[in-house]
Amino acid sequence: MEPLIEVRGLRFRYDDGTLALDGVDFQLFPGETVALFGRNGSGKTTFVHHLNGLLAGEGFVSVCGLRVERRNLLAIRRKIGLVFQDSDEQLFMPSVLEDVTFGPLNRGLDTTAAIETARHALRDVGLEALAGRAPYHLSAGEKKRVALAGILAMEPEILVLDEPTTFLDPPAQRDLAALLRRLPQAKLVVTHDARFARALARRAVFFEKGRIVADGPVGEIVERFQWVPGTTSGGEAGIQPAE
Amino acid sequence: MHHVVIESWSRGASLLHARDARVKVIVLLAFLIALATTPRLTPAACACYAALAIAGILLGRLPLGPLLLRAAIVLPFSATFAAFSLIVGDAPRAAGLLVKSYLSAAAVLVLVGTTPLAKLLRGLESLGAPRLLTLVVQFLYRYLFVISEQAQHMRLAALCRGSGPRPLHFRAAAGAIAVLFARSYQRAEGIHQAMLARGFAGHTQLLSSTRIGLRDLLFLVAGLSLVLALRASLGVLWNP
Repeated sequence: MEPLIEVRGLRFRYDDGTLALDGVDFQLFPGETVALFGRNGSGKTTFVHHLNGLLAGEGFVSVCGLRVERRNLLAIRRKIGLVFQDSDEQLFMPSVLEDVTFGPLNRGLDTTAAIETARHALRDVGLEALAGRAPYHLSAGEKKRVALAGILAMEPEILVLDEPTTFLDPPAQRDLAALLRRLPQAKLVVTHDARFARALARRAVFFEKGRIVADGPVGEIVERFQWVPGTTSGGEAGIQPAE
Repeated sequence: MHHVVIESWSRGASLLHARDARVKVIVLLAFLIALATTPRLTPAACACYAALAIAGILLGRLPLGPLLLRAAIVLPFSATFAAFSLIVGDAPRAAGLLVKSYLSAAAVLVLVGTTPLAKLLRGLESLGAPRLLTLVVQFLYRYLFVISEQAQHMRLAALCRGSGPRPLHFRAAAGAIAVLFARSYQRAEGIHQAMLARGFAGHTQLLSSTRIGLRDLLFLVAGLSLVLALRASLGVLWNP
């Protein structure tokens, strides 16, 4: 089976000299959901920004059979949808409907088709009623779902979610996990939340100092790196409850 | 915050809210031009223009007192110019400047208080305003909320560390503004990346404007007739 994403030997250094990626190899196959774990600054977000050409390092990156390079960028950005960690950065249009139509209009759809696509995407995330609202009047959970609708309206083959549970309360996290499980696209989920990752993915990779140091089932990765903030009934290491 | 209040007004429902943004902009422009070109603002002329502005406020079901209070925000600026007229001994001109600027601000508030910004910008664009300009205003307005929220958080953080209820010291305030600027810059980069990620290729396409209906046309004709009739009754341009 051909991988949807193929990355070989990816290296990237920021202008200030920080080596953010130091030889990353990775593959994502159709239908797969993979969780990306790793400490803050380990290179996860830098890595996903290479997948749609927002950053360009040394090495080989291909998405849906297209090499990530300048002449393919528009086509690649239609195939891979990136949901940003901070929804405020993604929701820049004055109303929810206009924001969700931004991508379809860029794809060349006419206004009627773009609105239809946007309404469909808003229905998918359960927020069609908010189409006329201004993004700054939404809750964090609603903003995240609108951001996701904006990506779904691009009809991508791959979804990349950068820390999707940031700012979300537990019910909103639960709703988001249920929503993402219903979506058929292959997914890459950058997260610190082992429970959220377990709800979505079978496979996980672990980033450390700009390299993928482990790749395997989520449970094994979580256990190996003790990726649990709270204690569980299984007695895993973590933050102890207050006395 | 002013923009939050005006934003909530613009989401109301009234005869003026229902009108197309373009016809409201045209009537407002006619009002502003008529007011600005009225040579001598007699008390009667003042009353007529004020009556038109108040009619707009009432038609838009906007809160009269708060709107008139907010319109006073222009007075410090126009008072500076009025002071020059006073110094050279032209008191009627000074009074005219103050009244004209105040009524203009009230009329503009009627427009922005009855038209959500998205519709207003789309209307302006279809009337020929450059897209770059409307986009800049749109982004500025969108992120005013985010930046002012960040500023509030920073103020609270400073208070929590003992800066007291009084305004921040100059150095702390300067530092906060610098941080706010750096964060805004960083955010602008993030927004640009988010736009690129959704296929942005240099120019933004917006949803097309709605059609102008019969009621909009009637409003346009009535509004322009009233303003023009009033202006015509007040004498020819520059005729004392």
